[in-house]
Amino acid sequence: MNGPVHELTAELASDRPEDGAILRRLHQRLATAAGLQGVLDVTYRTLDTPVGSLLLAGTPVGLVRIAFAEQGHDRVLDDLAQRVGPRILADARALDTVVRELEEYFAGTRRRFDLPLDHRLISGFRAVVLAQLPRIDYGHTASYAQVAQAAGNPGAVRAVGSACGANPLPIVVPCHRVVRSDGSPGGYAGGPAAKKVLLALESAAGSAAGSAAGSAAGSAAGSAAGSAAGSAAESAANPAAESAAESVTGG
Amino acid sequence: MPKAPFERIVAQHGRTVLRVCRALLDPTDADDAWAETFLAALRAYPDLPAGANVQAWLVTIAHRKAIDVIRARGRRAVPVAEAPDAISAIGNPSEPADELWAAVRALPDRQRHAVAYHHVAGLPHRDVAQILGGTPEAARRAAADGIRALRRTLAQQEEIPT
Repeated sequence: MNGPVHELTAELASDRPEDGAILRRLHQRLATAAGLQGVLDVTYRTLDTPVGSLLLAGTPVGLVRIAFAEQGHDRVLDDLAQRVGPRILADARALDTVVRELEEYFAGTRRRFDLPLDHRLISGFRAVVLAQLPRIDYGHTASYAQVAQAAGNPGAVRAVGSACGANPLPIVVPCHRVVRSDGSPGGYAGGPAAKKVLLALESAAGSAAGSAAGSAAGSAAGSAAGSAAGSAAESAANPAAESAAESVTGG
Repeated sequence: MPKAPFERIVAQHGRTVLRVCRALLDPTDADDAWAETFLAALRAYPDLPAGANVQAWLVTIAHRKAIDVIRARGRRAVPVAEAPDAISAIGNPSEPADELWAAVRALPDRQRHAVAYHHVAGLPHRDVAQILGGTPEAARRAAADGIRALRRTLAQQEEIPT
């Protein structure tokens, strides 16, 4: 007598495998509607690349976070929920410009990114450091010490390392172009192997395409360097404390 | 406790909410109610108190959205000479035409709700009573009556030669 009742209630309570496809369709519908109605703090998707699966996260302002698989996508999403907002949904159709530019970059046909960025995860001296990085040309590198100097604080070499390690927008903000003074790649949020892949990619694509584009970008960056140095000095009023407070992530 | 990304809420509870919606509404309306439920939940999510029972919260929203859908359908409804079969598979052809779920939908309101929220969603009778009003004991009775009625319906269907 209890058998059929148990079967009945068990069936009411159990998931059905065929609902997977329906739920994917409904999820896409939800993400699209939420995006259109502007109720999302963050939209994200993943992209398979030569440096592994990248998490790409955007706000209505722009791209806010790129994360490597090594960093744990779930952990990064938790962090975004705390620091940006918990209204976060995956959307396989979002961030298509970001995806296109990254695909072009990995194909060796793109040297600069032209994307709206949301810098809200960057503050203080780290912001000053990361602002220097786009001045390092595609296919070139700078040492941590050189970047510390450019950021207006030659003694803050360690802080440059941790600013690079905490870069919320790796690849697009090219912290992979910052290397050790002896020329060895040094640490990287995506792992040292990923850093080597990116440097090799740029080196190969850069030498194939010649140097004309590189020198033009270099002179444009040079004119902006002076103005950044001033703000660097203000923000880095207490570099020792900044350095001590950094987590030991490595750049 | 820090708040999880909403995507995780959808991943954890999406299937259950879909089954709840199907217990209340035909498949096409159930899809609408699912989307409306999660959209409303997404809007309200930042204000959800830490430590709240997310499942009960979602089912409460689904309950209201299903009532909205039924009301909207009532306004749209056109009188027909003959009532359609209670058990019909109208809707998206990809949806399973399932006798069990059609039978749940055919239950009287209170039994249908109690079965959906207790047996389908797994909420305790106390939470079901909060959603429906009345006592936990009344919710328990409605769920038990609903299951009995379902067994009867399904047994009768088995007897009908096809």
